[in-house]
Amino acid sequence: MHEMALTESIVDILQEEARRRAFSRVTLVRLEIGALGHVDPRALAFCFDAVSRGTIADGAALDIVSVPGQGWCFDCEKATPLEERFGACAHCGGRRVQMTGGDEMRVKEMEVE
Amino acid sequence: MCSVCGCGTATIETTRKAGTPDHSHHHGHGHDHTHDHDHDDDHAHSHDHDHVHTPHGALDYGAGAAGAHAPGLTQERMVSIERDILSKNDEYARENRARLADQHVLALNFVSSPGSGKTTLLVRAIEDLKDKFDIAVIEGDQQTSNDAARIRATGAPAIQINTGKGCHLDAHMVGHALDDLPRQDGGLLFIENVGNLVCPAAFDLGEAHKIVVLSVTEGEDKPAKYPDMFAAADLMLLNKSDLLPHLDFDVGACLAAALRVNPRLQTLVVSARSGEGLAAFYAWIEARASGAKAP
Repeated sequence: MHEMALTESIVDILQEEARRRAFSRVTLVRLEIGALGHVDPRALAFCFDAVSRGTIADGAALDIVSVPGQGWCFDCEKATPLEERFGACAHCGGRRVQMTGGDEMRVKEMEVE
Repeated sequence: MCSVCGCGTATIETTRKAGTPDHSHHHGHGHDHTHDHDHDDDHAHSHDHDHVHTPHGALDYGAGAAGAHAPGLTQERMVSIERDILSKNDEYARENRARLADQHVLALNFVSSPGSGKTTLLVRAIEDLKDKFDIAVIEGDQQTSNDAARIRATGAPAIQINTGKGCHLDAHMVGHALDDLPRQDGGLLFIENVGNLVCPAAFDLGEAHKIVVLSVTEGEDKPAKYPDMFAAADLMLLNKSDLLPHLDFDVGACLAAALRVNPRLQTLVVSARSGEGLAAFYAWIEARASGAKAP
């Protein structure tokens, strides 16, 4: 359950931002989570509910935006969607694909008051 | 779009049951108001919002009315922050890395499932390398200091980190362990992570390399089943090779699976028990240790 640790990091980030930007409550948190990343969005949502209790993000909605996997095929010399980290190129079926996106784990924005 | 705060353009990720329509929710926030929202499919309905749609279609009744506010009394605003969730860990990892570089220490983070033979491998490596290098060890386990005791029996200093419920070491814990270890200038630091083939992949500890240890008793498709760890590692040690005559383990298939996940992965077949392959492993370490020492 490293999602618990990740969620604690999210709440830490929110609290730091609250100090820096002077707001007292977070009502929505929008995350970007790569589809090929290390994290299960369902577990993250579950943990967020527990970890945010009693913090400035208590009761905040969590909006998880899934970032699709993307790669670069060296044979086609163009971008290809990736279904899995070590997936084949969608155009030529080749394996010489470098992952270029899809393992993001970011707090993108939040709604505060 | 919500007229109060302007939010609601993103699609909330949901896990849909088969047969339920795919639609975008335009109301993923915690205040009460009435609004229209569009569904991508063509059914129309109305419902009261006394709950918040959390990701995956779960409904949170605690975030609605209790979290409501009167518009106009407080001002909501969207704040863009764009921060990596692991940025805190990564800061600590940078500090650890700078500190280790300053002392010319080569730090190796050993990751594997429980029972792959990491501790036995480290004990053997320390015995074989201790005349050449000062070696210190950080041991990560949920409970007990058994592993640190095994390491200390070799004479090497070891710090045990008990993570309690935690499933991985993080850079902050490692920083504290470094505080408690004697300096090993020009030496090696072995970090034995919590036995877990999933979570430690995401956490940079400030190490130079992650080394994933897989044993031949585990099944050759482990790299395909747990790709994150093999993708994060620079070297794979396929351990317990002395058991191969008793197993149906296909070494070629295992290495192929690992390379499919991570084409840059280096692989060595070793046995901490018989010593097979360890000379190559030590050569790998020595090549990198001299790099760590170079100005």
